[in-house]
Amino acid sequence: MTAAGRRAPLLETAAAWLLAVLWLSPLLYAFWAAFHPVAYATRFELFAPLTLENFARAWTYAPFPRHFLNTVMLVTMILAAQLVLCTLAGYAFARFDFAGRDVAFGLVLVQLLIMPEVLIVENYRIMSRLGLVDTILGIGLPYMASAFGIFLLRQTFKTVPRELEDAARVEGCSFLGVLWRVYVPLARPTYLAYGLVSVSYHWNNFLWPLVITNTVETRPLTVGLAIFGAPESGVDWGVISAGTIMAVAPLLVAFLLFQRQFMQSFMQAGIK
Amino acid sequence: MKHVYGWLLLTPAAILLVGFTHYPAAATLFDSLFSTGTVVRPSRFVGIGNYAALADDPIFWQVLGNNFWFALGTIPTSMTIAMLMAIWVNDRLPARALARMAYFTPTVLPMIAVANLWLFFYTPQIGLLDQINAALFNAPSHNWLGDPRTVLACTMVMVIWKEAGFFMIFYLAALQSLPPELEEAARMDGASRWYFFRRVTFPLLMPTTLFVLVNATINSFKLVDHLFILTKGGPDNASSLLLYYIYQVAFSFFDTAYASTLTVVLLLLLAGLALVQFQLIERRVHYR
Amino acid sequence: MRTLLALLLTGLLAAATPARAQTEITFYYPIAVGGPLTKVIDGYARAFEKEHPGVKINPIYAGNYDDARIRALAALKAGQPAQISVLYSIDLYELIEQDVIVPWDDVATTAEEKAWLKAFYPALMMNGTYKGKVYGIPFQRSTIVLYWNKDAFKEAGLDPEKAPADWTEMAQMATKLVKKDARGNVERWGVMVPSTGYPYWMFQAFARQNGHDLMNPEGNRTNYAHPDVIAALQYWRDLGAKDRVMPEGTVEWGTLRQQFTEGKTAMMWHTTGNLTAVKNSAKFPFGVAMLPASKQRGSPTGGGNFYLFKKTTPAERKAALDFVKWMTTPERAADWSIATGYVAVRPEAYETPKLKQYAADFPQAVVARDQFKFATAELATFQTGRVRKLLDDAIQAALTGQRTPAEALKAAQTEADRLLKPYR
Repeated sequence: MTAAGRRAPLLETAAAWLLAVLWLSPLLYAFWAAFHPVAYATRFELFAPLTLENFARAWTYAPFPRHFLNTVMLVTMILAAQLVLCTLAGYAFARFDFAGRDVAFGLVLVQLLIMPEVLIVENYRIMSRLGLVDTILGIGLPYMASAFGIFLLRQTFKTVPRELEDAARVEGCSFLGVLWRVYVPLARPTYLAYGLVSVSYHWNNFLWPLVITNTVETRPLTVGLAIFGAPESGVDWGVISAGTIMAVAPLLVAFLLFQRQFMQSFMQAGIK
Repeated sequence: MKHVYGWLLLTPAAILLVGFTHYPAAATLFDSLFSTGTVVRPSRFVGIGNYAALADDPIFWQVLGNNFWFALGTIPTSMTIAMLMAIWVNDRLPARALARMAYFTPTVLPMIAVANLWLFFYTPQIGLLDQINAALFNAPSHNWLGDPRTVLACTMVMVIWKEAGFFMIFYLAALQSLPPELEEAARMDGASRWYFFRRVTFPLLMPTTLFVLVNATINSFKLVDHLFILTKGGPDNASSLLLYYIYQVAFSFFDTAYASTLTVVLLLLLAGLALVQFQLIERRVHYR
Repeated sequence: MRTLLALLLTGLLAAATPARAQTEITFYYPIAVGGPLTKVIDGYARAFEKEHPGVKINPIYAGNYDDARIRALAALKAGQPAQISVLYSIDLYELIEQDVIVPWDDVATTAEEKAWLKAFYPALMMNGTYKGKVYGIPFQRSTIVLYWNKDAFKEAGLDPEKAPADWTEMAQMATKLVKKDARGNVERWGVMVPSTGYPYWMFQAFARQNGHDLMNPEGNRTNYAHPDVIAALQYWRDLGAKDRVMPEGTVEWGTLRQQFTEGKTAMMWHTTGNLTAVKNSAKFPFGVAMLPASKQRGSPTGGGNFYLFKKTTPAERKAALDFVKWMTTPERAADWSIATGYVAVRPEAYETPKLKQYAADFPQAVVARDQFKFATAELATFQTGRVRKLLDDAIQAALTGQRTPAEALKAAQTEADRLLKPYR
């Protein structure tokens, strides 16, 4: 991000800052409610006493460690599968002029539009036929062949000069060897970008995991949080906020540490 | 040989794509022609019976209408805000990294978690919005989520907050790819900031705007997570959206056939969007 | 001779084996209130096993009510063992339609067992009985009560120890309890009744108080459009629109408790399940009372029942019956009520020394029991999800002023008739 552009006029600067504060306010409130006793959840006094009790209670109210573990397993599994599947498919589309390629590519792109969320009803049936209801594999499976990832890698692979591939071939690399030695290393920024986008998407994904899971052993954080924080159960704001902060903390910390990479990844991934 | 290798490489992804996208899409269409079976009453062919029921279902028309207003309310606003944000953080704003982070943060937070926080904002009397209203304007408390006139708007505000930072990224990328000479030339000519934006920046951002527009429209059919916490679609379906209704029909009414019928409508809407998208992309190519 | 003896012995052993074989009972149960209740249930299971050698109990915690139903049904479909389950009382018709449960009458054959079926509060049996047979044995059950802020009552010049007894009184007291600031903005409302989450449940109380239940015991007919039912919705609507003692529009179920403990409403209607939470967070003395009457008092019940699954052997059914009987003895019912805040399901439980002592220390805990004589079944019909949502939508439409109570309820009734016709 270069220092392009000129200095904004004062009025605009003020507006920009006002907007920034507005945009951060829900998170700021979550911190307020989480670190103060329940009595101050809706009252804002500068010197309200601080407490960690909300975190302790949230921790005992819901099996957070289990939800964390599930989410981490889910996100890792999806990403690993996506990287492999999309690399292979992206390579095929970028470098193999096989029969029916364009039609196949068109069919792949259909998934950009019809995301698995849209097909919850039918996919639930498929999963129950496969016996995968209430498994982490069942949550991840529909997302593993990602049209977005295939598209992204195809575009990246296409920019790799043919000469590099030819040189590797001369050295005796098989076509998979070429993929591994030439294409994959050159696409590293794309992988990083795609990985960050995928992880943050699936860390936050809710509807499909909600539908397909029904035990603590498989529920990811979002679903656990929704059940724990469901308004019906009448938990306190402080505890809900503490739970919310715990659930978003890993991603938020990662984001704050690697802000630049995160945003550049989203940018790269989005521009295609 | 290239045919074999090509297909071999593609096969693993193809199996999953066909299994979880194409097949279910086709099966949805098929299922929408049958009635929902139970042990006592087995499923039978009903032709377009489910579609006739759909046409008579006032809730369907209401959620479709809601979805339309939801799209109309969130897309232009979040895109305008996103463009403004991008221009600001592209300028030499004091501490702009911090502002950029503030704008983008909602994108990395799960909707389901932040919805709980927004629920607090909107709660009458003790909620933040009412407290601020009372402190600043002495306004009476308003039942934000309990009033059908305001509830959809309230969910829209939250979605705008969630989405704008995400769209900002695309505008920022586009702005950074603009040649800086343009702006220098404009400054030499003494063009005003607004004039420069209107005549230079905005037209050059057009392809990005189209891209964001299509994405935002697709998103407006997928975003329902907030309803689970904020309103459950109420009061009286005033804030319900198509995908949320599908969820209710399938998993709380157990009427999978009717849920499939609704899904077909959603698929058709998305297909329509796809056609528009392809045309836009084609035009973009010509434009270049 | 020796062979004969051997044969005889073998025969004896073979005859003895079935009696000594391990009968396993797997049951799924939901938990909808806070606290380490899985430990309590596990404790019951172990204690039962000790008293009944040869029977093994596997309790499996399955999340909330929806999860438990889905999980139990999925297990049955997949051929995994499940002999009994605690499921939502209103899942009855869904389970019958799926043809997975059998009535307890089929296994309760002795006179003593038959008497046991009649030992519970009749109000709690309504949701578990279909065509005269008992399918659901009440276990974790709740009801709606009125909470009031005694300080607010004092401030408004009302007797802080006296809750409103009828509708007129509630509206009048609520009017006095409304507090406005200098500019006329309301600081404290008189009463709030939640209308999101479970509007139908709250409305059942109003309808019952005005003399009517909302469905028939067969679960194939609703009674949404009776003039008295419409009048009940009109009363609810008027609290907000005419009397101005409740905010207009819908009142959020989840945040209501907070509003009450923050003193933003002087009275609220809520589930008994909130009792402990209110007790812990209210900074003022509060009372709990039966809901006010119109023609009579009334409240629906809610919660979970024991169901017996069809795919069970006679030995399993016998063991299941023993276990459920054991779980619902007066002593156990009292113990469970104290541990959870649920009501004890049979009158004798309230005569046990344990529960008597508890009630003496915390009299609010027995209000729900006293209200049982006026209680009714929770709304459950065939197609229950849809039929219930029709009512939810109608209530919300009326409360938000989109439609009049009469319009809304008549439309809901027409639609419910259409859905339920095939079941008549």
